[in-house]
Amino acid sequence: MDFVHQHLPALVVALPLVTGLVTAMVGRRGAGWWIAMGSSAAVFALCAQLLANVAGGGSQSVTYLLGNWPIPYGIGLVVDPLNAAVLATVALIGCVVTLYARRSMAQEVPEDRSHFFWALWQFCQVGLLGITITGDAFNFYVLLEISSLSTYTLIAMGKGRDRRALTAAINYLVIGSIGACFYLLGVAYLYMVTGSLNMADIHARLQDIFATWGTDAPVYRKTVIAGFAFIMVGLSLKLALFPLHLWLPNAYTYAPAAVTALLASTATKVGAYGFIRVIYTVVGPDFAWRYLHSDYILMICAMMAILGGSLMAIRQVNVKKLLAYSSIGQIGYIALGIASDNVYGLQAAIIHIFNHALTKGAMFMAVGCVLYRVGGVRLEHLRGLGRKMPLTMAAFTIGGLGLIGVPMTAGFVSKWYLVGGTLERGWMGAAGVVLVGSVLALVYTWRCIESIYFGKREEGAPEVREAPLSMLVPTLLLAVASLYFGMDSRLTSDISAQAAHFLLGVRP
Amino acid sequence: MKNNPIMRVVARWNIPFMFVFAVYVQVHGEIGPGGGFQAGVIMAASFILYGMVFGAAEMRRVVPRRLTDILAAAGVLLYAGTGIYSMLMGYPFLDHVAIWPGNPGGAEPWGMVSVEWGVGITVFAVMMTVFNEITEGTDEAPLGTDTEMVPALHQNKTEIN
Repeated sequence: MDFVHQHLPALVVALPLVTGLVTAMVGRRGAGWWIAMGSSAAVFALCAQLLANVAGGGSQSVTYLLGNWPIPYGIGLVVDPLNAAVLATVALIGCVVTLYARRSMAQEVPEDRSHFFWALWQFCQVGLLGITITGDAFNFYVLLEISSLSTYTLIAMGKGRDRRALTAAINYLVIGSIGACFYLLGVAYLYMVTGSLNMADIHARLQDIFATWGTDAPVYRKTVIAGFAFIMVGLSLKLALFPLHLWLPNAYTYAPAAVTALLASTATKVGAYGFIRVIYTVVGPDFAWRYLHSDYILMICAMMAILGGSLMAIRQVNVKKLLAYSSIGQIGYIALGIASDNVYGLQAAIIHIFNHALTKGAMFMAVGCVLYRVGGVRLEHLRGLGRKMPLTMAAFTIGGLGLIGVPMTAGFVSKWYLVGGTLERGWMGAAGVVLVGSVLALVYTWRCIESIYFGKREEGAPEVREAPLSMLVPTLLLAVASLYFGMDSRLTSDISAQAAHFLLGVRP
Repeated sequence: MKNNPIMRVVARWNIPFMFVFAVYVQVHGEIGPGGGFQAGVIMAASFILYGMVFGAAEMRRVVPRRLTDILAAAGVLLYAGTGIYSMLMGYPFLDHVAIWPGNPGGAEPWGMVSVEWGVGITVFAVMMTVFNEITEGTDEAPLGTDTEMVPALHQNKTEIN
């Protein structure tokens, strides 16, 4: 145990990397799933331990030096209240979705490719966990590429069911590469002016540069602004923030069901984490918000995302696409929380990262169950399933209520904090948009619910049964968790409060 | 190109030297110019030359796809394993001092050697996989214009006209 405690941060990344490689070598004939499952369960245990350490030990951060090279020369893995929470979210979802994925993958991915599938599945998680835990701006880019490259391939593996998965994957590959390039360019600009790649070190050195801006001889003003802009646009592409979201709907729609559930609940969340990390701990809110006033840009994008994403979701007939557009709207809530620049708003962003992961994960998994049993996920396929697949549809409904933000669901807690944050900032319009977004969510959720419980299955349609237990249990697990965290939000609000206070540098 | 004697002879003479050069670049990686990436590419290039001259199917007989799949993972595993070994010895991940405690100057190159071999093996295997993916299904007709193929192509064209 001593060994594990000493190397916790490194093991979170190294363990799934090694098991992923082993899977690529020996993961044929079902062995791949067992390795992936064991690995993701172990990683979840490690991340839970990290979170417990941070939550118990005040708000100071822990740094692990890779190769024992001192900061800023080497790469440091940094664990603080913010990323411990995101790590635990990613690991929890990874563990639950892996449990779910066995049956659905057996149907969607050819047997001779399964070892590659499970290897990439783990590499994707390596990338996402690594992005979250690293304290080095360049290492962030490398791990971003690891997760993105495996994601493109995982999406393309949906071609067995629908060949449009290939174009969706290529589309995402082009856009994702542009995003990663922009991020890298931005980091290069910051490196040019600070000579450092370590996030904390960049922050410290930027303070000296900012100090000259009030004087007659400002140095590197345009370079820093350009670097920041490049990083923000690059991360917005990964996050699918409103005007840059075009890759997301098709990628989510045509990817294999389990891959969609994994991506929707982790990949964009890690992008949101990157946003918070860069703004609050690399360049600092004084520069991003109070000097550049980019919080207004972010607020406008977020409001457009909430309205645009929800309006587009209303028009969809493919339920996977409907949920994908709804995800774009939900990302808007997270972005709005980040932009409000106060404890409530940041808490809303961090809580919503977790709550939306639970909610959307449960919904995409329920849709995957329908895909498994019925073979299609257009609205007409859902008709009358309330009687045929009651438990799956119950999970879907709970998720839908969470998207609306009905009290007693997780979505309500995040919206409560978000409205509080925007009002504290004095953004009445934004608070109004949040409420309008809930109404729009009600409309698109209702369209699904109407088909599920009030529609009738066509005469002569093939008989369908409840989803297999190995898919049903994880789906219900997330749905029940989203109810639990809607009723007892002590855990999420405590951790997010700790993270928000850490980011804003204020004592609770 | 299988029927081109010049290509066959030149390839047969050159490939051993390319092997040696690849290993030379590989073992120089930790102290001089060179390293795993370049060595892996050179090594793969020698096999790809073999495949281009004698046919991709013939090359796949020498280096089966199953082997390159395993090597691609084994190389990274060697890299990661170097780091895991440091951890098991009680040092941080990838701290090469663990390999020879008490002599950091001596340990560092050995750690790099291990890491570079990992990189080399993986780059070799991935380059081979890329070549295999491109040439998949073209086993009957080796890459490039075959002298015997050209009149046949020409004939087909006139028939269509």
